[in-house]
Amino acid sequence: MKLQFTIEGGNFSNAGHAASEIKKMLKQLGIEARCIRNIVIAMYEAEVNVVAHAFEGQILVDIETDKITTEIIDKGPGIPDIELAMQEGYSTASKKVREMGFGAGMGLPNIKKNTDEFYIESTVNSGTTLKMINYF
Amino acid sequence: MQISKICQLLSARIICGEELSTAQIERGYSSDLMSDVLTLDTDNLLLITGMCNLQTIRTSEMADIRFIVFVRNKKVNDDMLALAKENNLCILESPFTLFKASGILYQAGLKPVY
Ligand SMILES: Nc1ncnc2c1ncn2[C@@H]1O[C@H](COP(=O)(O)OP(=O)(O)OP(=O)(O)O)[C@@H](O)[C@H]1O
Ligand SMILES: [Mg+2]
Repeated sequence: MKLQFTIEGGNFSNAGHAASEIKKMLKQLGIEARCIRNIVIAMYEAEVNVVAHAFEGQILVDIETDKITTEIIDKGPGIPDIELAMQEGYSTASKKVREMGFGAGMGLPNIKKNTDEFYIESTVNSGTTLKMINYF
Repeated sequence: MQISKICQLLSARIICGEELSTAQIERGYSSDLMSDVLTLDTDNLLLITGMCNLQTIRTSEMADIRFIVFVRNKKVNDDMLALAKENNLCILESPFTLFKASGILYQAGLKPVY
């Protein structure tokens, strides 16, 4: 089953929309609660990152019998040093983002922790693409 | 610790999820930082926070947190309430500070996450 969502940069009230829809679907499919939790936390962190750091994004989700694959493709400033961005505590979040309760530099490491496979690619001044896979 | 006892200790009001007021809570976590809340992996948790916006509700939805106390007299708005109800969350509002609310619950036996 393939699904697609869009993310608007800067629009915090919509962040989590995709993760919320996916959570409902996985519940209906009878996936184990802990597994769902890992998947939606990773997806939500990725959504919030696009809202917080990029201009706009697309989420492509593919649910198969044994796994879920999610790609989050954004147009934005990109990440100059991915290794640095992956470190806990590294954040360039704006004051506005921090006022929303985010910007601790925990998101990317948390995505890695909650997924079975995680790939990140980024081009400065163009955008960032994440791919994550979780097995049921 | 029962939600109804938490209400009493924190002079709190149940905003939604009244039917969960007999639920037993084992641990509490106090934070205004949703980034940190999302790293937790604890069942049966009470989130104590002064970060009162839609993302607090979303974060709880994703992290399977069903109980939230908003401190410092923060008021839940209509969008937050609708999302909380949709997800069967139990929400409390307390006039106390984060420090005071956490101290009281800790003293009364609510366990920390770590
Ligand atoms: N989609 C993105 N586009 C551009 N930069 C990004 C993107 N995602 C992450 N970054 C960069 O990587 C840094 C670390 O991201 P990470 O998600 O770990 O932390 P954060 O978003 O700053 O805070 P938190 O996730 O704890 O709320 C960000 O501060 C930002 O500089
Ligand atoms: Mg982040």
